[in-house]
Amino acid sequence: MAEFLVHTLSLPAPLAYLLAALIHCGFILGLVAAGAVVFIWAERKVSGRIQDRLGPTRTGGKFGWLQSPADGIKVLAKEDLIPRAADRLLFRAAPYVSFSSSFTAYLALPFADGWVAFDTNVAVFFILAVLGLEVFGVILAGYASGSKWSLFGAMREAAQVVSYEVPLGICVVIPVLLTGTMNLTTIANMQAGWCSNWLIFHDPFTFAVFWIYATCALASVNRAPFDLAEAESELVAGFMTEYSGMRWSLFFMAEYSSMLLVSCLAVILFFGGWHGPIPVFDWLGWAYPGGASSWQLTGFLANLAGCVNFITKAVIGVTVMLWIRWTLPRLRIDQVMTMCLKYCVPLAAICFIGALWWQVAGWWSPNHWLPLRPDGPGGMRETWVVAPEAACGEVARRLPWADSAPPHGAARRTLPGCGLAGPPAGWRTGSPAAARGGVQ
Amino acid sequence: MTIWAATDWYAFFFLLFALLACGFAAAVLFTSNIVRMAFYLTLSLGATAGLFFLAGAEFVGVMQLMIYVGGTLVLLVFGVMLTARAPFLSLRPRSGEWIVSLIAGGTLLFLLIASAFGVRNWRTASDSGPLPLAEAQTATAVGAGLTGVRVDRLNRDAAGHALSQLPHTDSGYLLPFVIVSVHLLVVLVGAAYLARAKVRRRSATESTASVEG
Repeated sequence: MAEFLVHTLSLPAPLAYLLAALIHCGFILGLVAAGAVVFIWAERKVSGRIQDRLGPTRTGGKFGWLQSPADGIKVLAKEDLIPRAADRLLFRAAPYVSFSSSFTAYLALPFADGWVAFDTNVAVFFILAVLGLEVFGVILAGYASGSKWSLFGAMREAAQVVSYEVPLGICVVIPVLLTGTMNLTTIANMQAGWCSNWLIFHDPFTFAVFWIYATCALASVNRAPFDLAEAESELVAGFMTEYSGMRWSLFFMAEYSSMLLVSCLAVILFFGGWHGPIPVFDWLGWAYPGGASSWQLTGFLANLAGCVNFITKAVIGVTVMLWIRWTLPRLRIDQVMTMCLKYCVPLAAICFIGALWWQVAGWWSPNHWLPLRPDGPGGMRETWVVAPEAACGEVARRLPWADSAPPHGAARRTLPGCGLAGPPAGWRTGSPAAARGGVQ
Repeated sequence: MTIWAATDWYAFFFLLFALLACGFAAAVLFTSNIVRMAFYLTLSLGATAGLFFLAGAEFVGVMQLMIYVGGTLVLLVFGVMLTARAPFLSLRPRSGEWIVSLIAGGTLLFLLIASAFGVRNWRTASDSGPLPLAEAQTATAVGAGLTGVRVDRLNRDAAGHALSQLPHTDSGYLLPFVIVSVHLLVVLVGAAYLARAKVRRRSATESTASVEG
């Protein structure tokens, strides 16, 4: 973006960077705000339908779609109360801490090939780190309110989120290890092609680990059935008890944007990102080939469709979260901890080892049903060869497979993301699948 | 347009983040409320992460966010809330404590400044100007460095291809890394042991009941 402004519009570099940053932030803020508006309406409709009601019908025309704007006006017009016992500075700061951390995590999230504000090669790590900071705003809110309900809610949230970060981290590490990179754009692009290429169908262990990820993500964004921090039947509204008006709604926007964020992360890590179940744009030859940098209309259209595809998948994820909220009863705090420490952590660890074992052994995956066409557009199978041979030859010579010469005529793959030569086909495995396809 | 061109923006943002980090660090010193201290410490450490991002060290910046800002501060707030009683909620150090902490902090500051200006390898030539921003491959380089391959020390020819001689250490940084992390784990376990609530035997049943309720 900044390069485009500098080269095409010939703006001075600092101004271009500032403008690019503002445009990126504007887009993300728009997405977060629009997402919150839509999801608040969807939450009411979904809960209504699940409970055999109609949900909002009278506000606005069809389906009560003006309910969220009406809510917004109500929230803006409410009196902004700060209790006398509150620590005023922290009470005011807490909603912003919560909201800004959940907003900042979007910076590293790609929405299509190359459509990312901050293209970093540690994007997964960045998102996990920043998302973990959201709990700090909640703790501050709970402490600064000067109310026992708030403090109880904040303590529960802190215990829950800190515990669930462990299995969540293990779950996220598995796709990272399978693809060999923490760059979310690369991870998604490795799953191009048919839906059999998605990492969730890579092997039984990744299939299992997705459900563990879904559980832990639900807990780490504090949604029902893990919403103990705002359990209204026992804690009034938990850490939000003393908040009203706009400050309260900032917490809610943070919650909805975190839901969308963990859903987007799941889509990239397990469901192929912007690569659809059917590789339409690869057939048409519209999608940007790897490493293309010049702007093309066809590539732009492919990216646009990919972005729509990506957001559709993420919204389906959020809808499932709404469905779960209105279906399952709330857990007790000891059940929450049991779930995390006795089930999620061991299962995630087993899946971690299992997925790596599967990868090393090069066993069967649904992908092998498809014909191998490595030279086809986009590839019909995994095209896990991205980086060209880079200037890391000396490092490559120290890798354990350096001495095993590649079979005659077989191209040596490169490790994604760094340009080092990967293991040759059949290295240490000798399994027919690996020798046949040279994939996995 | 001239004022845009005339300003050194890297220096501007460096100074901005440095000022934020130092300002909030000073705010930690001059506040007596322990939760506000934790809040200011978050902001100070976050600004330090911003400095890392500005320098192109994304991996280290995210590490800073994850470990210091995230982990340590959540633990800190936890500890505060579990142990906060009237004498600890508001910390007012006595003058003796001021002197001891000034000596300790001053010694560390002197050591850091002396080594920052004393070690020849850590200095760039003063006339080299701002270094060009490299392609960020920090995660790969850090991973290779842990196993003893210093990607940044590869001898390169003019075209950027690596030559054969490779200065490396056989063990890499893995062993020191593990030693330091085990040390940190021991410290955390010790802190949790010291900070835990001392439950007397006769009130044990009451406390269990209150936990379940």
